[in-house]
Amino acid sequence: MTLNAQAKGPGASTDPQGMTIVARTQGQMVRRRFFRHRAALAGMIIFGFVVILAFSSIGFLGVPGWWDKSYLGTGALVNQGRPTLSVVPQFLGGDGLHLGEHPFGQDNLGIDYFALTMRGAQQSLIVALIVGVVATTVGTVVGAVAGYFRGGAEATLMRLTDVMITIPVIIIAAVVGQMTGKSGAVALGLFLGLVLWPTLGRLVRGEFLSLREKEFVEAARAAGTSAQRIIFRHILPNTVGVIIVAATLSVASAVLLESALSFLGFGIQPPDTSLGQLINNYRSAMTVRPWLFWWPGIFIIAIALSINFIGDGLRDAFDPRQTRVRA
Amino acid sequence: MTTPPNVPIEPHAIDPHIYDNASHVVDSAEEVHVGLTLDAVRPPSQEEILRVENLTVEFPTEDGVVHAVRGVSYTVREREVLGIVGESGSGKSVSSLAVMGLLPRSARIKGRILFRGDDMLKMSPRKQRGLRGRKLAMVFQDPMTALNPVHTIGDQLAEAVLAHELMPRKTALARAREMLDLVGIPQAESRLRSYPHEFSGGMRQRAMIAMAVINNPDVIIADEPTTALDVTVQAQILEKLLEVKDAVNAAIVLITHDLGVIAGMAHRVLVMYAGRPVELGETDPVFEEPRMPYTAGLLGSIPSLDKNSGSARLRPIKGTPPSLINMPTGCPFSPRCPLATDICRTEEPPLAETDSGGHFAACHHWDRLAAAEDPTEFFRTESETVA
Repeated sequence: MTLNAQAKGPGASTDPQGMTIVARTQGQMVRRRFFRHRAALAGMIIFGFVVILAFSSIGFLGVPGWWDKSYLGTGALVNQGRPTLSVVPQFLGGDGLHLGEHPFGQDNLGIDYFALTMRGAQQSLIVALIVGVVATTVGTVVGAVAGYFRGGAEATLMRLTDVMITIPVIIIAAVVGQMTGKSGAVALGLFLGLVLWPTLGRLVRGEFLSLREKEFVEAARAAGTSAQRIIFRHILPNTVGVIIVAATLSVASAVLLESALSFLGFGIQPPDTSLGQLINNYRSAMTVRPWLFWWPGIFIIAIALSINFIGDGLRDAFDPRQTRVRA
Repeated sequence: MTTPPNVPIEPHAIDPHIYDNASHVVDSAEEVHVGLTLDAVRPPSQEEILRVENLTVEFPTEDGVVHAVRGVSYTVREREVLGIVGESGSGKSVSSLAVMGLLPRSARIKGRILFRGDDMLKMSPRKQRGLRGRKLAMVFQDPMTALNPVHTIGDQLAEAVLAHELMPRKTALARAREMLDLVGIPQAESRLRSYPHEFSGGMRQRAMIAMAVINNPDVIIADEPTTALDVTVQAQILEKLLEVKDAVNAAIVLITHDLGVIAGMAHRVLVMYAGRPVELGETDPVFEEPRMPYTAGLLGSIPSLDKNSGSARLRPIKGTPPSLINMPTGCPFSPRCPLATDICRTEEPPLAETDSGGHFAACHHWDRLAAAEDPTEFFRTESETVA
């Protein structure tokens, strides 16, 4: 038992039958299951591709990108503003593989539509990320405090959550969004995050309610551990799975909500742009210049769908009872 | 090394038929055969470290107030092992949780719990927390659930140290390693990085013991520490508990419903019934000459696997313990007691000193038990009388 195990390092040991058992940590098991989930893996690749494309193409925060046109500057109309992107090779009767001058076409002012779409994707991703961070943090803290301490703290926080849930998001988002939209994606993200936390708060509270009765929490209390340490060191790590999954899904819904708000004109304000706003601007162009509608639409779908798939994969990975992903 | 290779076992899957094969089962009627006996460890001193005075615990519920503990008093001296026996619902666990300060807030606790003279019930929560884990430690019943599944054993042991002392994590981990060595976990260094699910039941309970003693406590409360374990591991764990107690110079309050465990391990024993102490004394006199019919009944209901006493029949206690919400008047054991007379049904007997010194019993008729040749004879079943 001894020599073999030491040779293989920690975690590996040999049972009396002589079979080698490699112990995996929970993290390793989750990773394994996640990478076997095909949809999640595809989602991860698409999402990564969109992120890299959006931020590297037109540059970000003054850092120039590899795309030479700006989302603010106009130019002469090329080919009546049609997309110059060609993916059909010449031997099939197409123009061959090339980007052309304006791969996604130009809008009615002559602005390069690829640059505009990339800017919109950037904004949507920033909003989504900030919403994810803010909603997760607030929801987790509220849920943890309410679930662990019970009593008055729980009653107050949960009634607050109920109130937040009853208010139609789109309406307060419309009112406050109009004010924050002007100050850019970061402010909008912060605000949306402060609106979207209740679902997560309830979920975390539920988890805490069941975990606080577990014997290992009682054991931690018997060891004289402080409430703060019990919450953050003992209970929270047990809820990470639930939180990550809920956070991913809230990011996906934030992308859609931001698009909806911008579409209604309450989100990001011109001259800056977002995917939802692009769709709003050109919804009437659907019949004549459909590419002005399609490109931002495709990106919204790609972002929301890929994040949802990642969330699905994470949920399956964290839930060992579901075995279907192993197939 | 005394420990056999640790084969992971399913602790809950103890086959009831294991008792059919009596040859390698510990004879629970006799003492559990621990290699290290009570006589081998250092004797208790006269210094009293824990004193519980007239402790009552009540839980208000929708159906009425549950009188879980009704006036328990006992003392624990330095290095002493005090056994608390009783069936489920007798208040043995609740009274010890009260001592640890782990009862839910809804519990109404009265009485005094003095730790080295300080009343713990009057302490600030902060001060109480400082005692928990450092001076008073607890070993839980089920090591399967008492360890956090997401942290390594080393982390959890270190955490128990860091809850009370500021020190580098490395130092805490070194201490954790020492403790795993002490409780007999092989390859302690690499086992620090193991997760609880990689440990067998016995090893987890060893880890729990290590966690309990890591801060050198004065009192270890062990709440049925072997109940969830395979019978073959139980004796090892009890032996380890005694050994560790000696190493850190602590007293043990051992809560169990297994009289065999108490017989082999405790200096003194407290028998509880329906939230009250009914008998208290040195272990041997209590078991050999019980002065309370309930204790006698418990002794009579242990199966004996001894071949020589093969003809001895089990003498069960008829009936069930009373409801803790509607307590009968008089002695709570009177509805089940073969010795009960009218006075038992009207007057609850106090815990009073009996014929031998230091041996207390709460019974109106302890003298009848003293006069009987076999104290369990009152519990003879009808079939036995016919035979």
